[in-house]
Amino acid sequence: MRSNLGFFSDEKFRSIFFQTLVVGLFALGLFFVISTTSYNLEKRNIATGWSFLQNPAGFDISFSPFLEFKSTDTHLKVYFVGVLNTLLVSVTGCIAATILGFILGIVRLSSNWLLSRLVYIYVEFSRNVPLLLQIILWYSILIQLPRVKQSLQVLDVFYISNRGLYSPRPIFESGFSYVFIAIVLALISSFLINRWAKKRQDKTGQQFPVFSSSVGLIFIVPLILFFILGSPLSFEHPELKGFNFKGGLVIRPEFIAMFLALSIYTAAFISEIVRAGIMSVSKGQREASAAIGLKQTWIMRLIIIPQALRVIVPPLTSQYLNLTKNSSLGIAVGYADLVHGFGGISLNQTGQAIECMAIVMATYLSISLTISFFMNIYNRSIQFKEK
Amino acid sequence: MNEINEVRKPPVATTGIIGWLRINLFFNWTNSLITLFVIYCLYQFIPWILDWTIFSADFKYNYLGEQITNQEMCSRNLDPENGGACWAVIYVRFYQFIYGFYPKVEVWRVNLAYVMLAFALLPLLYAKLPYRKYFLYFTYIFPVIAYFLLNGGLGFTEVSTNKWGGLLVTLVLGCTGIALAFPIGIMLALGRRSKLPVISMMCTLFIEFIRGVPLITLLFFGMVMLPLFLPEGIDMDGLVRVLVAVTLFQSAYMAEVIRGGLQAIPPGQYEAAKSLGMSYWRMNLLIILPQAIRISIPPIVNTSIGLFKDTTLVIIVGILDLLGIGRGTLADTNWLGLSYEIYFFVSLVFFIFTFGMSRYSLYLEKKLKTGINMGAE
Repeated sequence: MRSNLGFFSDEKFRSIFFQTLVVGLFALGLFFVISTTSYNLEKRNIATGWSFLQNPAGFDISFSPFLEFKSTDTHLKVYFVGVLNTLLVSVTGCIAATILGFILGIVRLSSNWLLSRLVYIYVEFSRNVPLLLQIILWYSILIQLPRVKQSLQVLDVFYISNRGLYSPRPIFESGFSYVFIAIVLALISSFLINRWAKKRQDKTGQQFPVFSSSVGLIFIVPLILFFILGSPLSFEHPELKGFNFKGGLVIRPEFIAMFLALSIYTAAFISEIVRAGIMSVSKGQREASAAIGLKQTWIMRLIIIPQALRVIVPPLTSQYLNLTKNSSLGIAVGYADLVHGFGGISLNQTGQAIECMAIVMATYLSISLTISFFMNIYNRSIQFKEK
Repeated sequence: MNEINEVRKPPVATTGIIGWLRINLFFNWTNSLITLFVIYCLYQFIPWILDWTIFSADFKYNYLGEQITNQEMCSRNLDPENGGACWAVIYVRFYQFIYGFYPKVEVWRVNLAYVMLAFALLPLLYAKLPYRKYFLYFTYIFPVIAYFLLNGGLGFTEVSTNKWGGLLVTLVLGCTGIALAFPIGIMLALGRRSKLPVISMMCTLFIEFIRGVPLITLLFFGMVMLPLFLPEGIDMDGLVRVLVAVTLFQSAYMAEVIRGGLQAIPPGQYEAAKSLGMSYWRMNLLIILPQAIRISIPPIVNTSIGLFKDTTLVIIVGILDLLGIGRGTLADTNWLGLSYEIYFFVSLVFFIFTFGMSRYSLYLEKKLKTGINMGAE
């Protein structure tokens, strides 16, 4: 049979033939989609192009901590507010989930049976219930908190009510920039000291108190400067006026619900990753380091964690990506992120579905690619270095 | 002499209940303190939660013995001091939670489909089933039967998908998504590993694109953009549009999992198959894929769990799955304020399914580890 086909049995020809076929079919499909779409758009009187980005949005966004937003602002600004809100909940969520996940992962390995079982139950419940349900549940708990008038007071400065958490807003006065510069300089110099100390220890074996000197530089020097400059920092306290609080910093329940649900859900996954990572370090490593007389804390810090990190970081990266993508569920509770603000309200107002969805998808893609880029760099830095 | 005659204490027990307690709960001072603290917390929490969910809860009647028909009759609303959960809302709305708004006369069709689904899954889940081959034939034709049974046609009256809801929609989305994504995922995985640069590039782009965006944007894509792409006159059903999005999403993740399995196959297998003169498709279908899929079953189950949980996202585009029915019930003035009961119930249903699936994947992992190891790790 095959010999009858002649040139078709030539591998090179076949490969070119199939690839042209696929490209041709793809182009045909694309042409079909584009032509029907443009016909449909015209028929439904939907405008095309990017000019809608400059039109006033005409709606308010309740939660925009970084940019001042008014309803006369453009759709482009809605986009930026959305991106910032998405990044805010993703970054804070990632940090909280990592801390909680590491603690839980280590506790899960504790020799205390009761404690490790408790974490196990938490992990199973948190992993096996849909995240959307958890977000909605947290939100429904938060909006059942007392009203503003009866709000719970914590430490006399925080007020918790069904409108969110009100806290004093720090106001930085003119001298504070010096303190800020001092902190940055201290961070850089402690980083340099760390490198120098490591080099010296490699060469001479002498140790340098890196930790205490860094603490001194980062905390104590700016603190002294702060008092010398006459405490250039004051707080604006929230005050109850009429039906709501005026002033202060407000964190809305939508954000708190998203933050809690995302970090608690992802922490369950991270704790399992951490557990697997620590368990992947063979028992002999621990025994060997104990045999050369290392302290328990040093064994963990110098032997176990560096080796476990090699196993932990790649799946941790995908958890960060998941959390960022999952932050798009904010639409369920009205958190004004990228999907809710720009992909939801702006899309409905302008009707330009294709443009809006394209922008939203492109943004998520670039966020995902950025996270994987940086995590890959970090991953490379902790892998085995062959000398 | 004296020292030798001294009676030494026996070593502390490390076996038995006391030994177990000593090692696992009271190993040293801090450990004992932690144990006592945890026990105290549990002592505070467990009676309270048991009381709320069971002992003080209303299941069908309130504490006055009346049958509950709205939230005002719940014991916890009549007597806030003593009432527990009001499960009557689940009891009253149970039909909606399981079938949505499916006509009551036709509901036997859904029940039959549920039972048939169990039989169709049996040969997939349990490899040692007697007469497995015949069961598998049934599994292959089950989707067709289920389509006609649920949707109508072939003498059954048609039930429009906007009447479907609750667990029915959750299961339809989950099962169809997984079943359709499986073959597409295999094709994408093979495509990504293909030596033809155009095909490999297209598959890679597709997979990475889908994995880089959240499911919700794909659902919006299915809901808002898909109708624009289709010629006039073709009106896609809402559930079908969502299914397209879910399947695209799941197939990209499935492809990556299967690609992992493909990478674990030692090159000798490819070379051996080629040296026997097998074509690309024969080699993959008969030699490579059976081994690759076998080792990637546990991660396939894990992504399937993910999809099953993610089906809840369809409520955002207005499809009433289990969670959607729950929220709908909450919006009803008769059942306002019973959010804990409803969300507890919905969570429990999801938990039973996903926990079962994850246990199953663990069981498979253990079985595969003790079985043949084909050079994978």
